Amino acid sequence: MIEAVGLTKRFGAKTAVDQLSFQVRPGHVTGFLGPNGSGKSTTMRMILGLDRPTSGHVTINGMPFRDLPNAQRNVGALLDAKAVHGGRRARTHLLSIAQLSGIPEKRVDEVLGVVGLQDVARQRAKGFSLGMGQRLGIATALLGDPKVLLFDEPVNGLDPEGILWVRNLMKQLAAEGRTVFVSSHLMSEMALTADHLIVIGRGRLLADMGTQEFITRNSAGFARVRAAGTGPDGRNTLGTALTKAGGRVLQEPDGALRVTGLELPVISDVAHEAGVRLWELSPHRASLEEAYMRMTQSSVEYTSSEDPRAELWEPEPLTVPEWEDGPAAPEVPRTGFFAPPPPGAGGAPFLMPSDPGKLASAAGNTSPNQPEESR
Amino acid sequence: MSSFPAVLNSEWTKIRTVASTTWTLVAALVVTVGISAGLCTLFNSTFTEMPKEQQLTFDPTLASFVGMSLGQLAMIIFGVLVVGTEYSTGMIRTSLAAVPRRGELFLGKLTVATVLALVVGLATSFLSFFLGQAILGEHSTGIDEPGVLRAVFGAGLYMALIALFSMGVAAMLRSSVLAICILIPFFLLISNILNGVSATRKVAQYLPDQAGSRIMQVVPGAMDSGETPYGPWGGLGIMVLWVLASVLGGYLVLKKRDA
Repeated sequence: MIEAVGLTKRFGAKTAVDQLSFQVRPGHVTGFLGPNGSGKSTTMRMILGLDRPTSGHVTINGMPFRDLPNAQRNVGALLDAKAVHGGRRARTHLLSIAQLSGIPEKRVDEVLGVVGLQDVARQRAKGFSLGMGQRLGIATALLGDPKVLLFDEPVNGLDPEGILWVRNLMKQLAAEGRTVFVSSHLMSEMALTADHLIVIGRGRLLADMGTQEFITRNSAGFARVRAAGTGPDGRNTLGTALTKAGGRVLQEPDGALRVTGLELPVISDVAHEAGVRLWELSPHRASLEEAYMRMTQSSVEYTSSEDPRAELWEPEPLTVPEWEDGPAAPEVPRTGFFAPPPPGAGGAPFLMPSDPGKLASAAGNTSPNQPEESR
Repeated sequence: MSSFPAVLNSEWTKIRTVASTTWTLVAALVVTVGISAGLCTLFNSTFTEMPKEQQLTFDPTLASFVGMSLGQLAMIIFGVLVVGTEYSTGMIRTSLAAVPRRGELFLGKLTVATVLALVVGLATSFLSFFLGQAILGEHSTGIDEPGVLRAVFGAGLYMALIALFSMGVAAMLRSSVLAICILIPFFLLISNILNGVSATRKVAQYLPDQAGSRIMQVVPGAMDSGETPYGPWGGLGIMVLWVLASVLGGYLVLKKRDA
């Protein structure tokens, strides 16, 4: 159990962590999310007593880290994969850390096996890739078989196999009843690994909730509907009907409609009753990544400044159609100007057809709006 | 409980598993013994050409340690690297995340490194002395002459103290590069220049290396070293004060600052 109360850290005039209070409970993988420079690492360092909080305090199992007896047996941490003397061999590096707490040498070989570094145990750490460095760091964290584990960006530099391994390791550690606190700037990774999320931006707490709850709350879904034909008639008729049925309708630049608040079957029924044929009716879910981006947008520390190509991009935002009186609906992130691929493609932008002839005929059809008709 | 012996054990593993330890310590020994032997050969062959005054105050013990002025630079680098690489590699955070008691860690590191430096320092001084005396032949002295054993033992102590002083400085500066850039020019040039100029000598004789190296002299005032207001042990005492100040400074920096 990690408990932070009013944790604040200032470096000069800059506030890195601002009144952060949260609890990390045992038996769960708790994801610690935030953009670069949002104060994740500083918070981790304060938990480990490396940095002194300007105000507030943080305890591990009720005690400040510096007062923990036999700290390594209670808390294991991976802070920086490169925090290794490059001239030392992997095994002796681990051994020197293990000896600090009187951990037997046998355990060193054990953790080397756990992280899969047994074959390079006698190589110098400077020859290690970032991924191997992460594994060595994880091994260091596991040495004392601790009840509380902290990992700062553990999947950085790992290959897909390594990422999957870390994911399973975290889950397994949590299932053993340990407290697992993992930081990341990748929402997609955390959505798969963590069952609880703590999101911060500019050092402030933005969210502290279960991952499932976070997803439900933050991923706004919508349906894209495209009336047959290119004229505005069908579109207007459909739009009016959908609005009447209680939906919220926005128009995309290419004429498709973005509908929220109505289930897909209802939209189909409404269109049928209004006598409008549909060329497209597809479900869309704003990804968790987008929800996270939206949440942290205002609090991103280092945003790229003006993009000189910005004017080349679609200047026209989603417009409120003429049948809509109210102000524009809250912006729903747009993935592209075109309709997505047919539902069968599972969201993939392009699906290789099974026989070559199909591809040739599809290539001749330049309108991506009518994928069904090209078959 | 992470006890002090455990920290010593860990620091011993750390120090013996990096190449820089071997290289710097071997360099300290080889450079000191080699240069001393070379200069002793020179002293021996040109003894009769020396001015009468120098012949009378010739100190064979000190002569066999002249290489130490360069050999100590390797010791300084050893001391700096032992502490400095913890910072430059980020290892200090890994170490402190395992042992939160910083004083214990610092003390353990300094103890292991200083004992090692002392062992190498004593080996260097005894080797340098006996080789030097063998070369000096008729001008040589024996280990049983008054003050000689003190000087040889003191030379080994001096090596260990200069390494410890460098560790303290590196801990205060938290950087190997910075510490080496300050310490090497200081001990190679500045200290000697200040001590060579009579105007600044009154102050410069209290610098750590100038005061500490007095212990290696058997004949007072030998080799133009001039009179000092302190004796051999007094000089070493002054050096110890410098070392204590540097270690205390390093400890306070480690204790107070964020790692």
